[in-house]
Amino acid sequence: MSVRLDEGDERYSGLGDETVLAQLRAGDESAFLWLVDRYAPAMHKIARAYVRDDATAEDVVQEAWLGVLRGLAAFEGRSSLRGWIFTIVVNRAKTRGVREARSVPFSALARDESERDDPSVAADRFAGPGEEWPRHWRAEPESWGDRPEERLMRRELRERIDAAIDALPPAQRTVVLLRDIAGQPTAEVCNVLELSETNARVLLHRARAKIRRSLDPYLTGGSAV
Amino acid sequence: MMADLDCIDLVELTTDYFEGRLSPDNAARLEAHLTECDGCTEFVRQMHVTQDALGRIDAEVVPAAGRERLLAAFRAWKAGS
Repeated sequence: MSVRLDEGDERYSGLGDETVLAQLRAGDESAFLWLVDRYAPAMHKIARAYVRDDATAEDVVQEAWLGVLRGLAAFEGRSSLRGWIFTIVVNRAKTRGVREARSVPFSALARDESERDDPSVAADRFAGPGEEWPRHWRAEPESWGDRPEERLMRRELRERIDAAIDALPPAQRTVVLLRDIAGQPTAEVCNVLELSETNARVLLHRARAKIRRSLDPYLTGGSAV
Repeated sequence: MMADLDCIDLVELTTDYFEGRLSPDNAARLEAHLTECDGCTEFVRQMHVTQDALGRIDAEVVPAAGRERLLAAFRAWKAGS
């Protein structure tokens, strides 16, 4: 059977977890590859937040998939399939990080990143105390123009988003990957990462704000890339 | 009388706002501010567009070697289960 899956293969996207699970349990290879294509890139990035290099992260992802296969028979569907898979990769990555004795605990990263002063917008964009409208925009955000959402889906800008995610501090990167890219509910993000909801929202906000800032030059004025 | 919400404060509240976690008072102050501030309106729009784009990018390609190994693992699992 061919390993390639057509990019337009949407056979599984509308199906619920139960149907996909049934296909997997029946040994349907294309259902498995669909799942791999859908989640492996995000899994790799999540793993990368815990381990030092890409090769180790790739190992973690592979191990996580083996864990998924081993757990498939016993999985009861109390969480979503997606949530379960991400939990497995986080746990594998944690184990590997501890084994390699070099990962900083996630809670320490999260605390450090959410406590440090890190404004969403550069302070000099707002008027200071001596000015006419202190704490208001000195320089308003420049418009992103018509249909920025369409321009963002072009390859160059998708690559900018990718680079912006990669440049985030690790806890912010992990939270935005789970919440926005993987679409996990906040409660599940908090559960998997052992974060308070408030903490998770602070990290998420900082991540989104940094990504917005990094896209800004590409979406304003004539500076299209 | 509610205290004013300045632009410099508003830009830190958009995620709480989108996630429905602002108190009703603060949500009302934020919305009132938006009715009279073009800068913040554009900022909120940009944060919304950013979040939306993040929810749609997942078209990265898994390296073929990784898929081959996983498919082999799946076949082994199938044979053993």
